[in-house]
Amino acid sequence: MEKPLTKNIRPGEPPLDIAAYEKAGGYEAVRKAVRMDPQDVTQMVKDARLRGRGGAGFPTGMKWGFVPMGEDAPRPRYLAVNGDEMEPGTFKDRLLLEGDPHLMLEGVIVACWAIQAEVAYIFLRWAYHEAAAVLEQAIAEAHERGYLGKNILGSGLDLEVHIHASAGRYMAGEETGLLNALEGKRSTPRAKPPFPPVVGLWGKPTVVNNVETLASVPAIVTHGAQWYLDLSDSDDGGTKLYGASGKVKRPGLWELPLGTTLGEVLQEHAGGMRDGYAFKGCLPGGASTDFLTSEHMDVKLDFEEVQKVGSRMGTGTIIVLDDQACPVAMVRNLERFFAQESCGWCTPCREGLPWTANLLDAIERGEGEPGDLEKLDMHAELLGPGMTFCALAPGAMEPLQSALKYFRDDFQRHIDEGACPWRRT
Amino acid sequence: MLTRDEAREIDEERAHYPDDQAALIDALKVVQRHRGWVSDEGVRDIAEHFGMSPAAVDNVATFYNLIFRHEVGDHVILLCDSVSCWLTGYDEVHAKLEERLGVRLGETTEDGRFTFLPMCCLGACDHAPVLMVDEDLHRDVTPERVDEVLERYPAGTES
Repeated sequence: MEKPLTKNIRPGEPPLDIAAYEKAGGYEAVRKAVRMDPQDVTQMVKDARLRGRGGAGFPTGMKWGFVPMGEDAPRPRYLAVNGDEMEPGTFKDRLLLEGDPHLMLEGVIVACWAIQAEVAYIFLRWAYHEAAAVLEQAIAEAHERGYLGKNILGSGLDLEVHIHASAGRYMAGEETGLLNALEGKRSTPRAKPPFPPVVGLWGKPTVVNNVETLASVPAIVTHGAQWYLDLSDSDDGGTKLYGASGKVKRPGLWELPLGTTLGEVLQEHAGGMRDGYAFKGCLPGGASTDFLTSEHMDVKLDFEEVQKVGSRMGTGTIIVLDDQACPVAMVRNLERFFAQESCGWCTPCREGLPWTANLLDAIERGEGEPGDLEKLDMHAELLGPGMTFCALAPGAMEPLQSALKYFRDDFQRHIDEGACPWRRT
Repeated sequence: MLTRDEAREIDEERAHYPDDQAALIDALKVVQRHRGWVSDEGVRDIAEHFGMSPAAVDNVATFYNLIFRHEVGDHVILLCDSVSCWLTGYDEVHAKLEERLGVRLGETTEDGRFTFLPMCCLGACDHAPVLMVDEDLHRDVTPERVDEVLERYPAGTES
């Protein structure tokens, strides 16, 4: 099958330089795009049904289409690349950045043409030193070839790309938190509306796209929307980088048709469970998605089908819970993370997450009391969608509410027995 | 006062943005790279360079966990404690590191060689458990491999 995201990536070898990348068909999309009307490029991405790969799945072409265009539209316009990748259990953008930096850079240039942005900032997670180094090199090479700088390829567009390495905090990956971090502020969320494509960095129109999303763009422009749609086993277009971690035989990443089933990813690609371990459940797309269990192996991992069974595809990197790890302790680990990373901006999140984590801690230690599970149920509602300023706390409630649904007996046993059943074995 | 090198590196970053404050996080990182951490004096130096109050600089500095407002050792160990590492052996690696270092998370060894900090997901979950020392990522860490990793970072050197 065609693998537009990973075709140039060879594990253990350095990424292609610009000459090799061009020889492999690279920068064709940029040359084609700058001869097109920007709005036609956006239309192509809409027709290809590319949806954001950062976790939320917003249609990419529609987001680009929100940017005010034309003579009277505000300038400058910006593109911000979300390369923060701080969702626990997620490691897909690292592969794309380290393995083929020119692919994403080509997507950045096409996106900037489509929204007529003059500056792009690549917001990189602080830990991705290798990605920063290969991207610096790729940007310098693209400058030399005239894909960046003044009047790129004679198109009339001036374009500069800068890397901004973060200084930590999960909130910096939240769309508007990222804008504040880029402005040199605390990465607290902004009120929406207005949405960033209209009012973003320094009040100017700004599109924020994930790394994998942008890396998907060149193939759409080069081969066309229909070609991209045909790659998929879903109503939406393209391939997806799926991954698995936990006690599976072969943890890793695989580029597969969007809509590949959970069972295929876990069995055929991750190789099933390690010897001596059994599958108990999984988070299909990072820490802030609801658990799925063995009854969901036939569910297609895409934006619609996973939602129908009460979860989300999220980042598509699956975290597997095995039978020998305590589900209460796993959820406690997740809620500790979210409590620590809450920016403190709004009260339900700042106060509710530590409460949740402490309660889970007490239950796991065997100090849970009757009524504690109902308190957790209540928190899942009070910190849920619509109750907080951004999606951090609602995301944190997804693994909790689903663990309470699927593993409620395990929670109850902790309280009834006054001890963690997994600790004794 | 900022050194000439610090000021030059900060101003190179400032040129990337239409607004000076945008380079504040870069400035904190530059000072930390040169001085190991960001002391009150470092905050004041940056504030002066940006024409901001020290409180406004500290407001940003204290938000980001990778800006160190306490002195750290020659090497900083960042042990991932997020979910994939927790599922694959975090507890054992954590215990071994505590034993070998003789300090707990959040502390610096007596000889000033290591500061041991918890860290959330490092984005290498297919090779969990993982940790970083300075800028190096160590994958598939086991208790047996802890000594070998630590040996690469002698006291008094900064990588």
